[in-house]
Amino acid sequence: MAYVAIADRDHEHHLHDPQTFITKYIWSQDHKVIAIQYGITAISVGVLAMILSAMMRLQLAFPDVFSFITPNNYYQFVTMHGMIMVIYLLTALFLGGFGNFLIPLMCGARDMVFPYVNMLSFWVYLLSVIILMASFFVPGGPTGAGWTLYPPQSILPGTPGTDWGILFMLISLAVFIVAFTMGGLNYVTTVLQARCRGMTLMRMPLSVWGIFVATILGLLAFPALLVSAVMMILDKTIGTSFFIPAVLSMGESLDHLGGSPILFQHLFWFFGHPEVYIVALPAFGIISDLISTHARKNIFGYRMMVWAIVAIGALSFVVWAHHMYVSGMNPYFGFFFATTTLIIAIPTAIKVYNWVLTLWQGNIRFTVPMMFAIGFIFTFTHGGLTGLFLGNVTVDLPLSDTYFVVGHFHMVMGVSPVLAVFGAIYHWFPKISGRMFNETLGKWHFWLTFLGTYSIYLPMHYLGILGVPRRYYANGITDFIPESAQTMNVGITIAALLVAVVQIIFFVNIIWSLRNGKKADSNPWGATTLEWQTPDTPPKHGNWGPELPVVYRWAYDYSVPGQSLDFIPQTEPHHGHDSVDDEDKDKK
Amino acid sequence: MPLAVVIILLVVATIIFHFASPWWFTPIASNWGAIDTTVNITIWVTGVVFIAVNLFLAYVIVKYRHKDDGRAHYEPENTKLEVWLTSITALGVAAMLAPGLFVWADFVNVPEDAAEVEVVGQQWRWSYRFPGADGVFGSTDIPNMSVDNPFGISPDDPAGQDDILVNDNTVHVPLNKPIKFLLRSKDVLHDFAVAEFRVKMDLVPGMVTYIWLTPTKTGTYDILCEELCGMAHYAMRGAVVVNEENEFDSWLSEQPTFAQTVARPVGDPVAGQAFFAVCAACHGPQGEGNLALNAPKTAGQEGWYIKKQINSFKSGFRGAHKDDIYGLQMAPMAAILVDENAIDNVIAYINTLPDNPPETSVTGDAARGEKLYTTCAACHGRQGQGIWSQDAPRLAGMTDWYLVQQLKNFKAGVRGDHASDFQGRQMALLSLMLKDEQAIHDIVAYINTL
Repeated sequence: MAYVAIADRDHEHHLHDPQTFITKYIWSQDHKVIAIQYGITAISVGVLAMILSAMMRLQLAFPDVFSFITPNNYYQFVTMHGMIMVIYLLTALFLGGFGNFLIPLMCGARDMVFPYVNMLSFWVYLLSVIILMASFFVPGGPTGAGWTLYPPQSILPGTPGTDWGILFMLISLAVFIVAFTMGGLNYVTTVLQARCRGMTLMRMPLSVWGIFVATILGLLAFPALLVSAVMMILDKTIGTSFFIPAVLSMGESLDHLGGSPILFQHLFWFFGHPEVYIVALPAFGIISDLISTHARKNIFGYRMMVWAIVAIGALSFVVWAHHMYVSGMNPYFGFFFATTTLIIAIPTAIKVYNWVLTLWQGNIRFTVPMMFAIGFIFTFTHGGLTGLFLGNVTVDLPLSDTYFVVGHFHMVMGVSPVLAVFGAIYHWFPKISGRMFNETLGKWHFWLTFLGTYSIYLPMHYLGILGVPRRYYANGITDFIPESAQTMNVGITIAALLVAVVQIIFFVNIIWSLRNGKKADSNPWGATTLEWQTPDTPPKHGNWGPELPVVYRWAYDYSVPGQSLDFIPQTEPHHGHDSVDDEDKDKK
Repeated sequence: MPLAVVIILLVVATIIFHFASPWWFTPIASNWGAIDTTVNITIWVTGVVFIAVNLFLAYVIVKYRHKDDGRAHYEPENTKLEVWLTSITALGVAAMLAPGLFVWADFVNVPEDAAEVEVVGQQWRWSYRFPGADGVFGSTDIPNMSVDNPFGISPDDPAGQDDILVNDNTVHVPLNKPIKFLLRSKDVLHDFAVAEFRVKMDLVPGMVTYIWLTPTKTGTYDILCEELCGMAHYAMRGAVVVNEENEFDSWLSEQPTFAQTVARPVGDPVAGQAFFAVCAACHGPQGEGNLALNAPKTAGQEGWYIKKQINSFKSGFRGAHKDDIYGLQMAPMAAILVDENAIDNVIAYINTLPDNPPETSVTGDAARGEKLYTTCAACHGRQGQGIWSQDAPRLAGMTDWYLVQQLKNFKAGVRGDHASDFQGRQMALLSLMLKDEQAIHDIVAYINTL
């Protein structure tokens, strides 16, 4: 029987019928609308998390000024900033936002294979965000246990938010994981089952590869967080002792006995390390596509890039304890985890080389997305290299728990993915909205964000080498931290506030361009991938009109010799050859 | 083009920053110079890669910038180049990893002759234990812990009787002797970190972890907690003093054993009453306090706290700052209590005095004070009752004007400025949250409602 994509089978068609306002924008089952719902929600909480980080920076720079920042508040800001940025912004935005928008369009599907579950995924995600926000208003406020939520302190008095905040946090995480699972199963199934004719796995754009593998990581990693959240809720509410041994709290010995705080750390980082790649792999994929498109050149070493994504994804499950070198776990683990961690540097380095080699001999257009992509290469190289310090167990000893760690993970997991997000939003904005953005504002946004963030995080590494500890409300007087460190703190804060403020440029640009931007062509960048070949821009529900696209070639036929145009869409047949399934043709 | 220039400038600026930065490793004071070597190897390898990749990137984006008649080169793969790059990367990674693993092997394996000292962490202070003459630590358990047995040593374990207890944030260690630090926590995670020693490790409740090192330079070094342990994490400070061996030995011989701390006689209120006559001149016959003489209420205050303060006055931790007018008055008074027994007797008498609530004199916004007090509650308790394990005195039902005065002193550095007064320094660090004078009045107004 001839293959018919699930989304193209007759009985599915009613999903794509015209709808009322409510079914179109509120209870929508269109992956593109859900993507935007995810995106707006994630970016909104991201702005909140950015404001929280500004509060932290104000306290660190001007410790005598802001009377509303007590130590309790400070640790609450630290915690909520970290958790929101990692989970509720980046994970949700890359997978729920970009995953939703790009997977069906880039794979040539009409929608996700389970549109109803997809819609439910967003609403459950929104519920998790509402629970999280509610924790700001409960007695005692949100938890201040640090985003890692290490017990016992996360549930014992002495830490802010141990009455209600921690419960709201854990419940919100559990709900988020339910939402992610519904979305994640959809993304994986859609990639595996709903690709259009000719779209073999090895013809998929790297954006899809990155999101696909990241989703698999998420489906395998989040359950570890879910069980640890449930176990901690039980420890907190009914007095089990999964994570709590016999302890003294506020001068009295508690009833707990025999639990292991390190067990929680293993579970947390078994999730937490893959989480780094849940955020990084989609960014890798997106950056690859941005660079290839705007350099008018095929991605260099496509197969290597795919295998690097898969290898990084697989390795990310055997490196988690590099977050725990000084946790008190059996120190012999250090040998194993240092080795696996440094091995992961190899496929990661290959990705950086291949991005630069894609630019090599290209015809580079300095569009706004390209500038963000090049900025990403710089910051990611920096953040990746400092990771080699912390991944190597001995080198980690003096640096662990200092500002070096803060500098490192913000470069690699904060700045870099955010640059990728902005590059991606500018790149796909014409397809999402049907309009072009303002190029000048986009460039200002890039320059100020890129230079601003580097001046925030570069000095932090040096404060860390000096030994300045992270998560300190105030350094006070020590024998080794000089006055100049406080001066640097002021400088870092000024840069951070600047970066926060200039994000207004982005919002102004997007909002202004939605109404007043120049009408966009269906393929303004001259890109090869399917989302730029839709009959309508923005694509209508169902994406492709009456006929699904057919794919004849890989995603990177840029500047093919002997062709008049410098790109060949994936839908273009090879001359004198009508087979759609012949990958070997791709490389000719 | 501007992007290439900026990338080159960023590389140059990073190199300049690296060499000009005043922030670098503290001068090392332990045997772990090899750790610094591994860090330096990593800096060189990664530094070369950072410079090479980014300068090449800058070159590429200049050379291959868009030209209208330009055309990109079509080359999907170059296996030879990819194999080369992978191999060189693997080599660089191995060059960083191998030395690291050798040093780690040294770190994991403690020398046989290492002396042992136990570091005990709790919210939010340090204390220490030496194994004593028998070289064996007595067993401990959480339920044993009390104000009289803060280490929780099992009273029945003979090995624990001669354990030497240092119930203070400062510990001394001998120079040039390998030392194994056994790390134990009473409550939550902490991390024992001394920047000058390079090595650090978490303290985990329910288990004993360790690090080892040989101090190589005499001096006093800060111990910072580097694992988030609750609200006052940043104020959990200690010090390690590296002494010549003879100085260390004499310090150690002054520290009490567990048996000695337990055997101390109970205070005698009758004997204490005679001494208290002197105190009563200012603090009042019932220990009720006297605003005119700036003497706080003592009746109802926790005995361990009064004892600690008297000892602080005696040893010059408190009442030595030139601006601490009333503290300066108290210091010679405290000297009257010549020994521990005299102090215990006075406290025993104070314990017999009636605990009547004093008149309140401070006004403020109690609602705002309640919000701020959530931070204070982490040590002083939600009811302001004081908690022995946090070294936090009772606040509720005590003289409120005195609380205001002391908070101002902490904030101004008049109290809690002595290097060895860790509890005072801790409170000074916490008083950083009082960013205006109104905050002090609001908090005390709230305490008056407790």
